[in-house]
Amino acid sequence: MHELSIVADLFTIIEERAKQARASRVTKVRVMVGELSGVVPELFRSAFHSYKKGTIADRARLEMKIVKIKFKCQNCGREITAKNFRDESFSYSCPFCRSKDMELISGRDLYLERLEIETAGQ
Amino acid sequence: MSMRKSKKEVLVLEDILGSNKKIANSIKKKLEENGILAVNLLSAPGSGKTALLERIGLKLNENYRIGVIEGDVETERDAERIRKLGLPAWQITTHGACHLEARMLARVFDRIPADLDFLFIENVGNLVCPASFDLGEGLRFVLLSIPEGDDKPKKYPEAFITSQVLVLTKCDLLPYLTFDLDKVIKEALEINPKLKVFRTSAVTGEGTEELCTFLKLELEKRRIRNA
Repeated sequence: MHELSIVADLFTIIEERAKQARASRVTKVRVMVGELSGVVPELFRSAFHSYKKGTIADRARLEMKIVKIKFKCQNCGREITAKNFRDESFSYSCPFCRSKDMELISGRDLYLERLEIETAGQ
Repeated sequence: MSMRKSKKEVLVLEDILGSNKKIANSIKKKLEENGILAVNLLSAPGSGKTALLERIGLKLNENYRIGVIEGDVETERDAERIRKLGLPAWQITTHGACHLEARMLARVFDRIPADLDFLFIENVGNLVCPASFDLGEGLRFVLLSIPEGDDKPKKYPEAFITSQVLVLTKCDLLPYLTFDLDKVIKEALEINPKLKVFRTSAVTGEGTEELCTFLKLELEKRRIRNA
């Protein structure tokens, strides 16, 4: 359960960006969570909503985009999205040429993608 | 004139763990400049990280300078075990946190002598969370002890995928437990074919010579590469 310390880092970025954009409030936070980032979306969500109290994002909604695990086969060059990574049957090999020489190209990502903010204008 | 609110979207695209990665990268740079090989050890509590370090620490200490950073939730116990052997150790207590982060490492990093050869970082006992945090290490070891059972790699894939080395510990217990060694190695290699596997026992010393030889070669390789 390390989601809370990640959420604390997330809020440092949110506060900084909101200030830069002269936001009076952050209304939506959209993050990209890789399947291999080690973050459990459910726990991340509850950590987010308990942490947001008293911050500029205290009424913000959280949107999470799950980023699939992708490999590039170093033998045949094809890119493969791992659909069954959490399954027992998962095997780390290229479904086209059976090579095990695959490089992870996405899935470890953990990004703050965008914010929706309110500004108090004239 | 009345104030009116307007809504807009701001594109950010910033790595949430960026602040950890930044510190990890500066640690990595310092380690490389000084030719120190840092090894981050991940495993469940009680799988024998400290016992393995006691064994290989003493062996490597014959010809190399080594240091150990101990990560635990509370107490100095592990650091004291290492110091008893005459090896320098620095304890980081996380007071509740389930993993080490680069910024915690940075707190003790200035006290680490620049002329070390190996720096072992024993992470908090936990096979889940530490996998997400880069500490700037050169190598990551995942340890799996025989009593934990042979079904772990696919249950805790992140730790096995992000490591370069799998160390099977307490192998002296194999005759007494139902543990399918071939199956666990096969399963680990299915999710990470590049893993290098060592069978060890801190009690009998099995496999520890091979592990030290591997570490020495890795150190030399890196020094040549960074020269």
